[in-house]
Parts: sequence; structure tokens; C-alpha cells
Amino acid sequence: MNDFNIDTVTNAADTPETELPWAELGLKQDEYARILEILGRRPTAAELAMYSVMWSEHCSYKSSKVHLRQFGEKVTEEMQKDLMVGIGENAGVTDLGDGWAVTFKIESHNHPSYVEPYQGAATGIGGIVRDIISMGARPVGVMDPLRFGDIDHPDTQRVLPGVVAGIGGYGNSLGLPNVGGEVVFDSVYQQNPLVNALAVGVLKHEDLRLANASGVGNKVVLFGARTGGDGIGGASVLASESFDDTKPSKRPAVQVGDPFAEKVLIECCLELFHNNLVEGIQDLGAAGISCATSELASNGEGGMHVELTNVLLRDPSLTPGEILMSESQERMMAVVTPENAANFEAVMDKWGVEHSWLGEVTDTGRLIIEWDGDTIVDVDPRTVAHDGPVYDRPYHRPEWQDRLQTDTFRSSAAGGDLPASAEDLGQAVVELMSSPNMADKSWVTDQFDRFVGGNTALSQPDDAGVIRVDDRTGLGIGLATDCNDRYAYLDPYRGAQLALAESYRNVATAGAVPLAVSDCLNFGSPEDPDIMWQFAEAVRGLADACMELGIPVTGGNVSLYNQTAGRAIHPTPVVGVLGKFDDVSRRTPSGFQRWADGQAIYLLGTTRDELDGSEYARMRGHLGGQPPAVDLIAEKTLGEILINASRDGMIDAAHDLSEGGLAAALAEMSLRFGVGSRTSLHELCERDGVDPFTALFSESQARVLVSLPRSEELRFTDMTTARGFPALRLGVVDAESGGIEVAGAFQDGSFGIGLDELKEAWSSVIPSRFGGAAA
Amino acid sequence: MSADTPLIGDHTMPETAPLTDARIGVVTFPGTLDDRDAARAVRLGGGTPVSLWHADDSLHEVDAVILPGGFSYGDYLRAGAIARFAPVMNTIIVEAEATTASPLPVLGICNGFQILTEAHLLPGSMIKNDHLKFICRDQVLRVENTGTAWTSQFTQDELITVPMKNQDGQYVVDDATLSTLEDQGRVVFRYVGESPNGSRNDIAGVTNERGNVVGLMPHPEHAVEAGYGPNDATGLREGTDGLTIFTSVVSSLTGGNA
Amino acid sequence: MPTILVEVMPKPEILDPQGKAIANALPHRGFTGFSGVRQGKRFELSVDGEVTEELLESARTAAAEMLSNPVIEDVVSVTVAEDL
Repeated sequence: MNDFNIDTVTNAADTPETELPWAELGLKQDEYARILEILGRRPTAAELAMYSVMWSEHCSYKSSKVHLRQFGEKVTEEMQKDLMVGIGENAGVTDLGDGWAVTFKIESHNHPSYVEPYQGAATGIGGIVRDIISMGARPVGVMDPLRFGDIDHPDTQRVLPGVVAGIGGYGNSLGLPNVGGEVVFDSVYQQNPLVNALAVGVLKHEDLRLANASGVGNKVVLFGARTGGDGIGGASVLASESFDDTKPSKRPAVQVGDPFAEKVLIECCLELFHNNLVEGIQDLGAAGISCATSELASNGEGGMHVELTNVLLRDPSLTPGEILMSESQERMMAVVTPENAANFEAVMDKWGVEHSWLGEVTDTGRLIIEWDGDTIVDVDPRTVAHDGPVYDRPYHRPEWQDRLQTDTFRSSAAGGDLPASAEDLGQAVVELMSSPNMADKSWVTDQFDRFVGGNTALSQPDDAGVIRVDDRTGLGIGLATDCNDRYAYLDPYRGAQLALAESYRNVATAGAVPLAVSDCLNFGSPEDPDIMWQFAEAVRGLADACMELGIPVTGGNVSLYNQTAGRAIHPTPVVGVLGKFDDVSRRTPSGFQRWADGQAIYLLGTTRDELDGSEYARMRGHLGGQPPAVDLIAEKTLGEILINASRDGMIDAAHDLSEGGLAAALAEMSLRFGVGSRTSLHELCERDGVDPFTALFSESQARVLVSLPRSEELRFTDMTTARGFPALRLGVVDAESGGIEVAGAFQDGSFGIGLDELKEAWSSVIPSRFGGAAA
Repeated sequence: MSADTPLIGDHTMPETAPLTDARIGVVTFPGTLDDRDAARAVRLGGGTPVSLWHADDSLHEVDAVILPGGFSYGDYLRAGAIARFAPVMNTIIVEAEATTASPLPVLGICNGFQILTEAHLLPGSMIKNDHLKFICRDQVLRVENTGTAWTSQFTQDELITVPMKNQDGQYVVDDATLSTLEDQGRVVFRYVGESPNGSRNDIAGVTNERGNVVGLMPHPEHAVEAGYGPNDATGLREGTDGLTIFTSVVSSLTGGNA
Repeated sequence: MPTILVEVMPKPEILDPQGKAIANALPHRGFTGFSGVRQGKRFELSVDGEVTEELLESARTAAAEMLSNPVIEDVVSVTVAEDL
């Protein structure tokens, strides 16, 4: 037995004057006062550990809660009809039909990935995958929205390769295809990279599990990896405080992941679910055993009794408080009936997974934790898990916001001398496609397994990741994540809506019917009223837009304090949308197909003069003005057109217009399979009243480029006309020319870009920075 | 044809399913990833997949065995090094080296290939890719030996495209063994185009002297179903070149009647 | 608690991609004068009690048959360390 002094409840009652390090553990004075009031005495060291981690920003959402409520309030019955489990559980669950359900969620692992890129990113995947398992689901895919500093900054050189290797090293070992994500470079992410991870899983309805400890007398078991000193305090300290050079370093050892242990845990849990051996289950993530015991207990009968010395340790010198706070990875806690205990153990033995029985469910309404028979925790679990502090932090529109919004691209020096000749415009397209954000990301994505499972129907660089769920029927899902932080910086309300609009559009472009939303809200410090305003506006915008599009937020994550030395990241509300396919073989790829020579190319939607916040403006070093207009009704109509076109087999390629506008979409559709095109902007410029430059580089929303056989043109345009949605024939697919030719309305003729030249410029950007292409 | 590989539950074909004469075992080790894919490939190739468990030394009367890809035991010691000592491997080694007329056909894919080299059923070994990164891409291979149980339905020097995805894929072997392999025509698959990993002589797959044991690093089981394979000339993810591996073995086992 | 140390190195004739990468990186960080790097493995086998000759022999066998792959690696030493 350990030889440190155990601070028991009795001892705490007897020694009220003992000073505890509540401030060092991140608690504020009034928060500590509340703990004293709840307990009617000073907390024990173990209790203090539990409250401090569970009441941290990361675990309690204390600054964001008052705003996040809108995701539960701004909903209609119609929106919730497919929702089996909503916000609040480990991940939301949506009905997929045929007895199948799907669960997905995005989370952040930003600060840990800055401190130790490989392990930070790896354990980010591990954590989100365990959230999915704990719903009773088999994980079937992951995606990674990543944001780094300037591509040439030393910080990016250090962080990016480690993050990419960590995601690959962990995710590839789990047998989960990586089907998409984002890679964005911007100097605002220097020292605050964003490493978000999305996981998706599927389950049969009867396998749904929840995190609750029900059934008095049922046993509580901890299984998986042993508990060590990993990331102690990480939950409250590492994830919640800004890095600030003036304070002493509070960077504890980051968690180290063991993907093999996690893979075994996945299979072992699925066998438990399949044989109906667990009543409730909870993964151990931030706040470890503190979180699992208090959440399971408060969601169930309300009581639990645990003997903490039963926890299997990797490091025998850990104190009870440290055991409660440890963030050792690859652990799960389950509630098992006494009758199932032997069968549970048999499954553990089969997979070689260690387990220890910690205690049982009670109806006392108390979470009692003992250390070798002495009570060291005696709390109402709800006060730990759910009744944490809630802050309605002050916020106001930053005084610089108006100035920012009036500094439009057109009025700036950067917007003064724009290309107008065919030659200059052609060059601008090549320059755009070889800028870091538009460049080929396969150096990153080729380090991820996209084939495992044999169900991946689309993956990056297509608009959405598409995964088959049932190979008898082809039932499947489409997924996309998006966020344009520059739009969100110019207008957080609209920026969040634009993130949703793009993600929704991407899923529909692939042919899936959008069903549900998960968000990862990355912001600076909530204690800064300017930042808090950005957060409040983004949440309000997103909730309003979800209501209008009719798809609910089913879960997500908030990451605050993403700032260093007072410099915050752009508001970055990453939005993931999940859609459904009745048959994934109907999915629409994003590139012109090799056999599609002569197919018609149509542009759907209206082009306006919207260059503020655009990639073109970024290339010229400008950020100001108003982001593109949001038209969710148009997005919805466009989505219906694309879904019908996919279902009825009318179109053979579709790609949404987003960053880089029409120029980027034309280039990307050709680069996908090396198939060129001939188009004219003449009618577009005339119809929408824009010049060729604007036609190419504007980032107006609700636009998609499609290619379709001539035999389908009439049926397709009848459909767009019937829905009153603008569709314009721009030109044809040209599989022979090996180039992109764009004509019309220039001062001089047309411009042509050789695909070989474009591909070289586009694909060499990232390898030239991070070491040769993989091969 | 429906593949019917359940995401949840056992991937052994149900007993009610029509059985062919070719029962092909797919071994699952802790950390195996591509067992479901291999079982699907067997089914699409006309065989009957049978799930084999690493800790069970019985092969349950299968006619051939596939060691699928993954990271068995995390590949923490060396790729395949621990799996090689599993009870099921003891039986596989005996059956594969049997001096009978038809020793057990064994295919090792990726981690399975690594396990076969660790078990010394195949020569050489795999080390980290020369660029040190995991690489996932569509890979062109040339089939140079059509005399094995697993390649009989290819034509000599046929070019095929299958996915490859690994971190430890660089094939190394000593000079003497390399000459023997080349002289005896035991290089079954060779990388075409730029080497993906620095393997000696661009070797992607080899066979033993009897031709019943074959190992290869790329993944034919990910190129068996249109819509979910590598890209090919017809378009996105339509490539099914890997299927011939599985129809070949089924054909070999059923006397060419499959 | 005594520990048996087993050191395993890639065979000299086998390419060591990790060692090569480190060797290439050293001069970039100002560490010059090293003509090559090879990266190996060290295993620490903890023993409760005394290291007998029998146990040491068992460690040698494990090193040769499991901890190393004779195709690509050599066991360069099996030694006993008293207090790690």
C-alpha cells in the first residue's frame, strides 16, 4: 500500500483550517466557496481533484453553456424525428433506417497537439473514437480538420509533420478509413494550431448504449489500459489556460497513446454489446475516473460505491487524487449485472484486456469512493458532473469590427490593380492554385489509410467522405467538415452560417441527404469580451441556420483559450454535416471523369461581386469587408437538385464552389482525374452583371459546377427551371486537350492552362516545404 | 453480387449460405485490420470464408489460409514478430511446409507478408519505407509468376492496380537469396514505376519454392469490388484487379471448376 | 532489482532508414563530424531476485529467437545491470 497520507472525509471534517491548492488546480475563489457550501465542509484532496477537473472549462462548458442551449431550443419536431440521442451524451445518434443508426462527433485536441504534435494528434483520434464506441457503435471512419500557422513559419514546420504522423500512426492502426478533412494555413494559428478530429460509427438500434449506471447492485468495472500519470491536470490546466510566457509553465506530461490497445478495445467492446453484457458504458477521456464515475452515477440511479485501490496502476506512486484525474488513454468504464460478470470476464480474457471490478451501483444518491476502506470522496455526483459553475460572461461587439467591415477588398490598395487580360487572368488562376491553401494536400492525406474496411466510396479530395454501411443494400453516409475562419472573423454570425452552408452543400454535392450537424467551436479567451462576442454570435448564427435548414446539432465540442500572448485565433466554428445515401453507389465524384469527353458543364447558382475574405484577397494580403451573403433557401434548393440528380443518375461529376470560386472549382474538377475543359464566361458575365475577374474569383455561395451527358441536359435543366434555380451551360469536358481553356468577355481572346503545368505548380507546394512526396 | 460482410458480428459465412468447395480461412490476430475485407474478397472470388482465431491451433478444415493486413500486436517489436508465435501459426507452418502433393496454400497480405517472413515461410524481411512515412496510394504491379495457387488466372507480366498502404514496406533480403529468388522466378509481384518504398529489385511479393505460400505488401483485397477500389481507366474507384488473386485460388482448389 | 539488457542493431549490410534520416539531419542542427548514424533497440528485462546463468541463457535465446530477426538484425549484447 502507498505510504502517503490519505485525506479522508473524516479528516477533512476535523481539519477545516487545512489550506488546499484550489487556485493551482485552476479553481476561482467563488468556485471554491461553492464547493465548501455544497459539501458543508472543506473537500478532501481527492474531492478537490474531482471538482477541479470536472468544473474546468474543458469539462463543464461553464463559459459556453448559456449560449449552447440554443442548439437544444432552436429546433422543430420535424428536425428531431430521426434523432435517437441528442446533445449531452458522448455523441448524438441519428436513425439511418433499416434498423441502422449512425453516431458522429467532432472534438478538438488543439493545445496537446501544440505541445507534443505526434501524441497530441494521436490521442485526439483515440479520444473521439472512444466516444463513438461508448454509444454502442462500431467506428467506421475518421476525418481531420487541421489548421496550422503560415506554411513557412518554423512552428508549422515542427507541428504539421508530427500531427500528420500522429493521426496516421494512430488512426491507421485502428482500421478506420480517413475520408476527409481540411488543411488550412494562416498565421493566426501559429502557436495555436487547431487539430480537430471527427469520428463516425454505426450501430444496430438494439445495440445503443448510454452512459448511465442503472440497477442497484450492478457492478462497476474499469477495463483497458492501466492507469498512469498521463496528463494529470491536463483537463483543467492544459486545455483551459492560454499559453502565456509570463506564467510558470503548466504543461504536464501529455498523454501517450497506444493504438493497438484501442483497436483491441474496439473489438472487445463490440463483442460486449453484441452479447448484451453491459448495462451502461462510458469512455475515460478528460478527467478520467472523476468524469466516468460522476457521470455514470448521476445519469443512473444516482449512487455509486467505488474502492479506488482496485484500480490497476502502471505507476504505483500515484495518489488517490492523481488516480481520479489521470487521463491515461484506452480505458473504459462499464456497468455490468452480477449475472453477466463471468461472461464479461470471458470476453476480457479472449481479447487479452485487463479489467478490475471497482464497486457497485447504489441508490444512496451519493458517489462514495474509498481508499482501502476509508472514505475519501462522499459527494452528490450531480454536483460534480452537472452542477458546475455557469458563467454568462460579458461580451460586446469589438470596437474594431466596423472598421474591419468597411475595409473592403475593392476599396483597398490590394484591390486596385486587378487582372483583366486573358493572359493575366490565366496566370492568376495558376497562382491561386499554387497558394498553400489551395494546393494539393495529398502529401498529408496519402499518409492516411482510406481503403480499410472496403466501404469507402468517396474520400478526399472529393467534396464529402462517403462510407457504405450495409453492403446488402448500399445504405451509407456522407460526411463533410468546413469552416472559413476569414469569413467568421469578418462576421462571426454569418461566418458560422457559411461554415454550415458549405458543409451542407458538400454533403449534398456528393449526393447525400443532410441529416445532422456536429460542431467544434474553436475560439480565443472567453474572458475577453470581444472574443466572447465572436463566440456568442457564431453560436447564434449556427443555431439559426440549423433551424432554417432543418437539421439538428447532435453534439460537438468547444475549445476556448486558443490564444497566445493576447493574440487570438480567428473564430473557427468547424461544422460537420452528416448525410444519408439509400445507396452509396449513386455518389457523385468531384472530378470530370476520363470517359466523359464532351459532357456539358453547368454552373448552378448566381455569381455576385463577393471578394471580401476570398482566397484571391488572401493572396494579395487583404482581409476586410463583409463575407459572402448567406442564402439558406438557395442552399436547400440546390441541395435538392444535386441529391435528385445523383439519385436519378443525371450527373457524373459535381463540385461545390467555395474558396477560390469558379477558378478553383474548374481547376480542381480537371486535376482530379487529369481531364480538361473548355468553357466560356461570356453569358455568365452578361447574366449576372459581373466582369470576368469577378466571375472567376468571387466566392458567392450556393453555387456548384456539374458535368452531365448531353442526353441528360434537358431533364436536368427542366428540373432546375421547375425549382427556379439558375443553371447556365458554361462549356464542355475535354478529355483530349489536356488543358483548361476559358473564353469570353476578356479584353483579348481566351486563356488556356496546360494541366501538366497546373498540376506541377499545385502538387509541389507542400512537398517542397515538408520533404519530398512520399514517393 | 452482394458481398454481405457485416460491420458487426462474425464474418464467417452463415451455414445456410451455399457452400463452394473452396473453404478459405482468414486469420484474425489482435490488431488485424483487413480481415473483413479479405473475407469479402474470398466471397466475391467464389470461395467460402472461414474466420480463424489466432489463439486456436485448429484450421477447421480449410483448404487455404489468408493472413490479412493490419498491425498485429501493434507491430511494436517488429512487424509480424509476435503474431508469428500464435498457436494458429504453428499449424499453418506445418501445413504449408508439408511434403505432400498439395501443401496448404497461404497468402500473406501486408502484415500477413511480414508475419510469413518472421515465420521463415518466405525469405527476406520488411523494414521501414525509405521515406519513413506511411503511404497510401494506388499502386501498379507486374505479375511475374503465374504458377502459384494465388496467381494462376493472371497472364504473365500482366499489369494490375491495387491499393498499397503501409509504413514498413521496404523489402530487404541478402544478395545470395535475392539471386535465388530472381533465378527461380519467385518474384511474384514487382512495383512498376517509381519505387514506393525502396524495396530491393522493386519486389512487392514473393513465393516459396513450392509456390503455395505467397506474400505481398499491396492489398488485392481492396480491389475486388467496383466503387470501392483504386481508380482505374474507367473512372473513380472502379478497379477490381485484385479479385483475380481470389478467383485463382478458388479455381486451383476446385480443380478449375469455380 | 537487476535487469538484463539486450541490445539489438540492424545488420551492417541492411539499410537503416531511420539512422540515415538522423545522419542527414545532424549537420542541419550544427552537429558536424559524425560520418554515420545507426539506430537500434535496447530491451530491459526486469528480474525479481537473482540473475542465474540459466535465466541469462534464457534471455539470450529470447534475444536470438524473438527480440531480434536474424534476417535484418544482430543481437550485439546481452548483459546484466544491477541498479537501473
